[in-house]
Amino acid sequence: MKLEQMYQEIILDHYRQPHGAGLREPYDAETHHINPTCGDEVTLRVKLGDDPAHPTVQDVSYESLGCSISQASTSVLTDLVVGKSVEEAFRILESFQEMAQSRGKVPGDEEIIGDGIAFAGVSKYPARVKCALLGWMAFKDAVARVKEEA
Amino acid sequence: MTTLQTPTAGLDVASIRDDFPILSRTVREGRPLVYLDSGATSQRPRQVLDAERAFLETHNAAVHRGAHQLAEEATDDYEAARSKIAVFTGAEPEELVFTKNATEGINLVAYAMGNSSIRTGLAPESERFAVGPGDEIVVTELEHHANLVPWQELCRRTGATLRWYSVTEDGRIDLDSLELTERVKVVAFAHQSNVLGSIAPVEELVRRAQAVGALTVLDACQSVPHMPVNLTELGVDFAAFSGHKMLGPSGVGVLFGRTELLDAMPPFITGGSMIEMVRMEGSTYAPPPQRFEAGVPMTSQAVGLGAAVDYLSAIGMDTVFAHERELTKVALDTLREVEGVRIIGPDSLEQRGGAVSFVVDGVHAHDVGQVLDDRGIAVRVGHHCAWPLHRRFGIAATVRASFHVYTTVEEVAQLADGVRAAREFFGVA
Ligand SMILES: Cc1ncc(COP(=O)(O)O)c(C=O)c1O
Repeated sequence: MKLEQMYQEIILDHYRQPHGAGLREPYDAETHHINPTCGDEVTLRVKLGDDPAHPTVQDVSYESLGCSISQASTSVLTDLVVGKSVEEAFRILESFQEMAQSRGKVPGDEEIIGDGIAFAGVSKYPARVKCALLGWMAFKDAVARVKEEA
Repeated sequence: MTTLQTPTAGLDVASIRDDFPILSRTVREGRPLVYLDSGATSQRPRQVLDAERAFLETHNAAVHRGAHQLAEEATDDYEAARSKIAVFTGAEPEELVFTKNATEGINLVAYAMGNSSIRTGLAPESERFAVGPGDEIVVTELEHHANLVPWQELCRRTGATLRWYSVTEDGRIDLDSLELTERVKVVAFAHQSNVLGSIAPVEELVRRAQAVGALTVLDACQSVPHMPVNLTELGVDFAAFSGHKMLGPSGVGVLFGRTELLDAMPPFITGGSMIEMVRMEGSTYAPPPQRFEAGVPMTSQAVGLGAAVDYLSAIGMDTVFAHERELTKVALDTLREVEGVRIIGPDSLEQRGGAVSFVVDGVHAHDVGQVLDDRGIAVRVGHHCAWPLHRRFGIAATVRASFHVYTTVEEVAQLADGVRAAREFFGVA
């Protein structure tokens, strides 16, 4: 019963067929994030658009080793942020993160985070929140690195 | 569900379970708790909880300080606990130092060696603990981080080199993988792996270490709680274990060191209670074990650990081991039947205790754990603080079931059913 709440069909779909998986060229920054409690890993690359005045997310590519939650949430991330402005991508990230860390109190705004609301159930399991955020934090870090280097 | 009789002769698990209040609770919407995570921490019987409470309600005072009646009684209780643990582990009371946990015990040795290596203002007898460039510290690839990172740090501080025995495909220390030389100063290894369940060939490793004059440090965290252990007979120089894994309280552990070695070893943590004489210019230190117990120590926890030792002794550690062996057999036999399950560690009962780790093809350990949790079954998932060991097997995470004297055959048999359910749920069945 609870299990189905956590592993919504959307999550299982993304897990079985992850979107945007694989590492691609060209890219501006690459990050490697690990979840030290379970050893799950993600290597993630971002390529931003060429106009520094209006930075956009051109591509997010990744390779990951982890549970269904971390794999699916990285897949959802690519759907949500690729093609958006960096500013919009960060707004989505904050909204997703707020929901994920809310211990089930914030249902998530489908307008902003789309398929991401499927992870609302995960937020009730504190041990799994890090899994849901692994790819997202790698993305945040990668964008920060591009900016630092610029 | 598979139904099996509880076969361990002479052990009345049902009445043992009555001593553990937590085992009767439910989890996740009313499911009976099936606690298969005793390797991480064990549950505590009423006898332990009562002993702690009784101490606090009647004798509590700072031990080894003050001359009032309560201080005397508290000190007696604290030292009585040490004596009980000494009998339980085949040691002398002065050979046992109370620590916070095994991690602190191992760090105590590593830091005392680091202090010895600085070589300023120390008595000549501390020289035997000194290490430096050219010296080697030897561990194994299956160690818990608690028996690895402190040695990495000692090497970093002193310039010594860390080396290790590798692990065979079936989860044993590969004795052919390393040749010890005179350069080796310490050989540190786990008595029983917390992941694989394999029991180390202690006698052989001690023999090899002694042949080159190296000290041995035994991580006894997963042995002392689960089998009869006589530290003197094993011949190790140091050993560490934690109270919370042997039905005792958290916040208390024990470091064993042979008298002759503790006598010669400089302190790690310094301050009150560990001194002999203090002047502004410098101080001298109390004999062991006080030298290694600076500050007001844990007291009700030590008393609780004494009660845990009484509880285990009344059952008998041979019986505890036999019971867990039966549980391990059931776990291995039932898991082996499940398609896609790979046991990480020995798939036999030979030199093996009760930690059963496995992976499930196509379902990540976290996801298996979640399905089990949904059924009320508590297991550990992840690398269990043995990351290099998992890397050795090319995996990021395993599911681990571990037991204690209160675990029933019926509980263990539920594991395989849960794994089948996980395969079904994730569509790999
Ligand atoms: C083999 C082994 N060594 C060391 C430890 C560390 O014990 P503690 O965390 O109680 O210090 C553990 C427990 O997790 C263990 O299983």
